[in-house]
Amino acid sequence: MSLDSKTVANIATLARIRVPEADLPGLAQELNGIMTWIEQLNEVDTKGVQPMSGVLARDMPRRPDVVNDGGDPLKVLANAPEPAHGFFTVPKVVE
Amino acid sequence: MNDLTHLTIADALDGLAARKFSARELTDAHIQKMGAAKGLNAYITETPDLARAKADASDKRRASGGAIGALDGIPLGIKDLFCTEGVLTTAGSHILDGFKPTYESTVTSKLFDAGAVMLGKLNLDEFAMGSSNKTSYYGNVINPWKRKGDNTDLVPGGSSGGSSAAVAARIAMGATGTDTGGSIRQPAALTGTVGIKPTYGRCSRWGIVAFASSLDQAGPIARSVEDCAIMLGVMAGHDPKDSTSVEMAVPDFRKGLTGDIRGLRVGIPREYRVDGMSQEISDLWAKGAEWLKAQGAIIKEISLPHTKYALPTYYIIAPAEASSNLARYDGVRFGLRVPGNSLDEMYELTRAAGFGKEVKRRILIGTYVLSAGYYDAYYLQAQKIRALILKDFTNAFQDVDVILTPSTPSAAFGFHENEDDPVQMYLQDVFTVTVNLAGLPGISVPAGLDSKGLPLGLQMIGRAFDEETLLRSAQALERAANFTALPAGV
Repeated sequence: MSLDSKTVANIATLARIRVPEADLPGLAQELNGIMTWIEQLNEVDTKGVQPMSGVLARDMPRRPDVVNDGGDPLKVLANAPEPAHGFFTVPKVVE
Repeated sequence: MNDLTHLTIADALDGLAARKFSARELTDAHIQKMGAAKGLNAYITETPDLARAKADASDKRRASGGAIGALDGIPLGIKDLFCTEGVLTTAGSHILDGFKPTYESTVTSKLFDAGAVMLGKLNLDEFAMGSSNKTSYYGNVINPWKRKGDNTDLVPGGSSGGSSAAVAARIAMGATGTDTGGSIRQPAALTGTVGIKPTYGRCSRWGIVAFASSLDQAGPIARSVEDCAIMLGVMAGHDPKDSTSVEMAVPDFRKGLTGDIRGLRVGIPREYRVDGMSQEISDLWAKGAEWLKAQGAIIKEISLPHTKYALPTYYIIAPAEASSNLARYDGVRFGLRVPGNSLDEMYELTRAAGFGKEVKRRILIGTYVLSAGYYDAYYLQAQKIRALILKDFTNAFQDVDVILTPSTPSAAFGFHENEDDPVQMYLQDVFTVTVNLAGLPGISVPAGLDSKGLPLGLQMIGRAFDEETLLRSAQALERAANFTALPAGV
């Protein structure tokens, strides 16, 4: 498996990171180096092994379904780059 | 009297209790030294006024006979990955420009409730991604240690490089760190300090900027095993705000340091004898086993067969989780925003400008291994191998109580070494990363100096939630190693 510039451009779009065209080949080469090193995992026989997403072998705890936080919009907005009228703002998304 | 900065936390607590000096004097001694050590770039933000106010409050508590916390009056540094209310929190990244949290992380809350004094926020690799502290937007941290007769600046390890450098340079009595693949233990090893990553679930992750949620854990870096035990006792504990923090009583870690390791079974994993391991590291490891044996421990060779797959497994799982966690940095709710003509353009330009090279690399790898068509081949396979790595440890712990390994494959290196190939840098974590994948506690203890005069560490690994045995074993190692060397000029 080899990552080409086109694949890297696609991943970068998925990750919402702008990568200049000129940087794509170099980046592809770097990522390829890492992925080639990772390929060694294919030699491990994992037939019948349950995948593990975390080390805690228990169900997530539940809490009572009640509101226990919130009601402080000023704190929520305190670090927003351009808040307006008590909201976050983004560029226009609907024409 | 600047000697105060050389005290351990345990001794400083005794001194404060005996009124030999005040918390204010202790804090001032550190602030003064921070001024002289600015060249290390260990702190991103210094908070001297806040520190003095907290120290004065601590002195008042003692004078009025009020309740005294377990760290009352002790000046600490906080890794800049912990959200601190009203104090700039950067994660070492440009993308968090100007971010002043409106809340306090659970771990720092616990420290401050126990009376600890924050000296400032410590530098780190950007989003804790790195082993050299070279990826911080706020610049390199310099290790206070130098090679004998050589003035080359060396790395302090990473990602908790500001923490390790500050504790080694006596500009913090202890510091918080976080460890996702070795980020507490590797920098501790490279600076002659002690660092423990507790069991996953022992400390709350709430309010810590997330890197890889199934691997991240907070822990202390300090100058002795006892100091780590004191700090960890305060930092640990269940938190309803982190569903992965475990509802389990926190033992009195300090009390558990009985000094008795007779009959302790210590495993030496043969797979950790990696190709190209230096004779010095190999000798030190053997010496460590001898030291424990001399105190009554039983040394056993063990096997952890999937060790060699741990690093590549980590470099799928950690970037995958990071790509998801770091999706929140989009220029909308906090930090940097680069204007764009559309929402997507704003996201893309903000993230292009805000993230550094290594962070972008890992987000891209994570996005790739999670993308359609590759998920099973990479992510699922890595999750299965992770299960095998855990099973290796579970099997080994049938026969032994703790495991002894080197902490790192080398001593501190220069800023231009390990630079060309990212994989070379990743290999720094070869001995530490298994512990994160298995969720176990691990500690690095300074064990000696190499031929160039640089500190080397030994790592001990314990059973899940058995930090007591781990700390007791580590203290036995510490006692035998009797590491008293100091960086020049400290």
